[in-house]
Amino acid sequence: MSRPADLVQGTLDLLILKILALEPQHGWAISQRLKQVSRDVLQVSDGSLYPALHKLEQQGWIKAEWKPSENNRKAKFYSLTRIGRRQLEREMADWQRLSSAISLVVQLPEG
Amino acid sequence: MWFERWRHVLPLKLRSLFRRDAVERELDDELQYHIERQIDALVAGGMTADAARTAALRAIGGVEVRKEECRDTRGFSLIDMTVRDLRHALRVLRRSPLFTAIAIGSLAVGIGANAALFQLIDLIQLRSVPVASPHELAEIKVKGSRAFGISDGFNSEITYPLWEQIRDHQQAFSGVFAWGVFRPFVGRGAEAQRAIALWASGSLFRVLGIAPERGRLLVDSDDRRGCGAGAVVISHAFWQRDFGGKDSVVGARLQILDQTFTVVGVTPAGFTGLEVGRSFDVVIPVCSAALWGDALDQRHYWWLTVMGRLKPSWTIAAADAQLRGLSPGFFEATVPSGYSAESTKRYLGFVLGAVPASRGVSGLREDYGRSLWLLLVMTALVLLITCGNLATLLLARSRARAREIMVRIAIGATTRRVLWQLLIESLLIGFAGAALSVPVALLSSRALVAFLSPDWNPIHLNLALNWRVVTFAGSVALVTSILFGLLPSVRLSLVSPVSVLRRAGRGLTLDRTRALFQRGLVVTQIAMSLVLVVSAVLFVRSFRNLIDVKIGFEPDNLLAVSFADLAASGLSLERRMVFQQALADAIRMTPGVVAAASSTHTPLNGASWSQGFRFTSVAIDARTGSKFSYVDPDYFETMKIPLVAGRLLASSDTTVRQRVIVVNEAFVRTQLQGRSPLGATLRTFAEPGYPATVYEIVGVVRDTMYASLRGGMPAIAFVPMAQHPNPRAWTNVLVRTDGSIGVADGIRRSVARLSPGIVVQVGEIKRQIRELSLAERLMAWLAGAFGALATTLAGIGLYGLVAYLAAARRHEIGIRLSLGSTRAQVIGLMMRDTARLVVGGLAVGVPLSFLAMRSVNALLFGPAPTALTPAAAAVVLAGVTAVSAGIPAWRASRLDPIATLHME
Repeated sequence: MSRPADLVQGTLDLLILKILALEPQHGWAISQRLKQVSRDVLQVSDGSLYPALHKLEQQGWIKAEWKPSENNRKAKFYSLTRIGRRQLEREMADWQRLSSAISLVVQLPEG
Repeated sequence: MWFERWRHVLPLKLRSLFRRDAVERELDDELQYHIERQIDALVAGGMTADAARTAALRAIGGVEVRKEECRDTRGFSLIDMTVRDLRHALRVLRRSPLFTAIAIGSLAVGIGANAALFQLIDLIQLRSVPVASPHELAEIKVKGSRAFGISDGFNSEITYPLWEQIRDHQQAFSGVFAWGVFRPFVGRGAEAQRAIALWASGSLFRVLGIAPERGRLLVDSDDRRGCGAGAVVISHAFWQRDFGGKDSVVGARLQILDQTFTVVGVTPAGFTGLEVGRSFDVVIPVCSAALWGDALDQRHYWWLTVMGRLKPSWTIAAADAQLRGLSPGFFEATVPSGYSAESTKRYLGFVLGAVPASRGVSGLREDYGRSLWLLLVMTALVLLITCGNLATLLLARSRARAREIMVRIAIGATTRRVLWQLLIESLLIGFAGAALSVPVALLSSRALVAFLSPDWNPIHLNLALNWRVVTFAGSVALVTSILFGLLPSVRLSLVSPVSVLRRAGRGLTLDRTRALFQRGLVVTQIAMSLVLVVSAVLFVRSFRNLIDVKIGFEPDNLLAVSFADLAASGLSLERRMVFQQALADAIRMTPGVVAAASSTHTPLNGASWSQGFRFTSVAIDARTGSKFSYVDPDYFETMKIPLVAGRLLASSDTTVRQRVIVVNEAFVRTQLQGRSPLGATLRTFAEPGYPATVYEIVGVVRDTMYASLRGGMPAIAFVPMAQHPNPRAWTNVLVRTDGSIGVADGIRRSVARLSPGIVVQVGEIKRQIRELSLAERLMAWLAGAFGALATTLAGIGLYGLVAYLAAARRHEIGIRLSLGSTRAQVIGLMMRDTARLVVGGLAVGVPLSFLAMRSVNALLFGPAPTALTPAAAAVVLAGVTAVSAGIPAWRASRLDPIATLHME
């Protein structure tokens, strides 16, 4: 399966956009960053990352550029486009709404 | 928003389409980079190299699978799909080369004919003249009809004195200019050739904003009274032709008639004057007209066109109102003398106005504009009928295609995809047809112009390919492809796979709905064909009327000789008259000449001279008028016009005798209202150079035509040349020959022996008459061809339909035959069906034909068409359709029922 079962549909896109909002990154760095910031809770398989990146690129939300990386080899760096930034804001707002709604439901007193 | 998205996405799509290799390499590099970094990281964490590689690859989960997923995100772009569909369509079309060739060929011809007519209409009717801001140009002329004084052919609207008034007093225009056309001999002696010259005011080039190609153009200081033979400007074409395009042309001498001018510059290649379809060679300042007469002072000689460029804030309407206000003063100041009080009063009542002139002026537009639009409508109809046939052909193919489409829908293609695919096929045919139509169009428009272009006055149009023609051909191709392609495609794509399976060769009766569509096509085709056949009959009949029309004299073996004297202009009038007499004698002595006579008027060349008079001996009080021709006594013998009563003119009728005229029967009928003509007297009204004179009628001759074939036989009075009140040298000579070849050359040699300085032009009257009927000849040929073509196409369409129906009903017919139907009954079955379609088509076509008859009536010559024409056309069409439906019906009746049913 290309998509991890434990990730809500579309959440991976949000995470990638959020990471790229900080600074342009190449694929491997994004995967490291994902593990690091989620303290290894979110297990995104390396395989599913690349189709997701390509999809975002095809949608015009991120753009790619070949640049020398830390180890002096050329790597494909992704960065947010303007409409990508707008998309990120929209998805964050959606996420906030969804998660607070879920928290409300989860916190309902039982009995 | 969408724009920003596509700014990023479009380069990606294009890249994945055209740089597929590079995109693949990058995808590979990207994944490799990840794997190597991951290995490095794992090794740094203490793994062995091999273990690290295995772990990294496992984390990716199959590099090729991931690559495929990444590729999937690119999707199929529209372009990508279109390229695939085009390839597929090409394959399909290549598989049926005959169909493809017929479709593309008929479209090429159909679209080409349309594009050719569009090109001519565009050039003659739609284009602005090639100068800066043409919409600011307006022409100034007398409003309404102005039958007064002498007119110098097409677009001679203003006299010189009137032009001076306009130039000096108008306020609406930032600049005004005048121009006229003149056909002098240019060059020296034997090298002299007829050229087209423009008289131009000094302001013309300034107001139009034209820059010189070489040297300078005419300026205001070139154009002042008394300028003599000064500066002239030549056209780019004339420069190339006669001066080899050399720079030394500036300052060169140019002989025009007997005067020598200096060339000061060359106009740019793009400027061919303000008359559409006519070009010019030389531009002469209008003041130089004084060298060859008194045109500048003649107040009744209309020979100029006046135009102006509106001031920025002025409109045509405002300029028009201003000119109206100024008119009384202008005409008061220029009133011609020598006219009767009545005529003078009419002159003072004239009003000037302004009309838009952004498209220049055009005699072609007036002569052929309607005909060209009409031909465009006809070619469009023929193209529509062609489309109908192509649609039928496509539908017939659908029997074979239905299976293929069923398979494609079954394996998951959407209806939209299938539709798009089918449309691409017809678009491909359409645009291939359009591409081939371009040479067809260019050839046809050239042929049309060559046909309409008389030798003495060639039509000059830039018939090179231009983007407007290409756009037109492209749009027509698009519309026709959709017409013949989309409708059958929609029908095809609605076919459900199940019904195809069930029907595959097995159905007993045919699919009613599909045949309905084809039936509609055939009905439409027959209706359109009827309209075209009716038009064809009308135009062919009109042309026959025109060439069969009685002209009253014998046009065969009749020559018109005109002279231009380049050397002897210093001679006195008396000497020239004597010389002309010697010339006429020399012509009479030329071998092959039977008779010759001078005349002020050459019949049927468009020129006209009318004279007003009042009868003095007869109790008809009203002012009346007639055509007047001044002729030698030999005129009637030369023209073969028989005498009816009294006597002909004699050489003894000179100025010392009583002034006499011979009139024609129309004169007696209309002017004398049937009263006895012989001995009647009349007094002419005075005109400049033509004082009031009393004439006695001494003879009556048969009627003849006068200026044009369409003018009927007007009242004409013939005055002896010797009694001309204002004798001019170099009147034309009409020559009757015995038909032997080379008489024209003989005449030229005779004249050259007498004086080498005289240039002679010899024209055949027969040919001149032929040129008068060019438009009618063209319409007859083309309308006839279109009518025949339409009938043939409709016949083919019907043949196709009946053959298709017969094929679809094979089993039904087989069963009927085996159950005892006779062959005649089977034919009857098929033909009854056809008859309904033909009757339907004719029912739609007849009212349309009456509409068509009404709209073309203005272009027809002779008696108005009656209901007989559509009736006859309907009968012809019914006959053709009966044959074209009969053949496949007969063939259907011959099929062997046993064999047909065995095939199941």
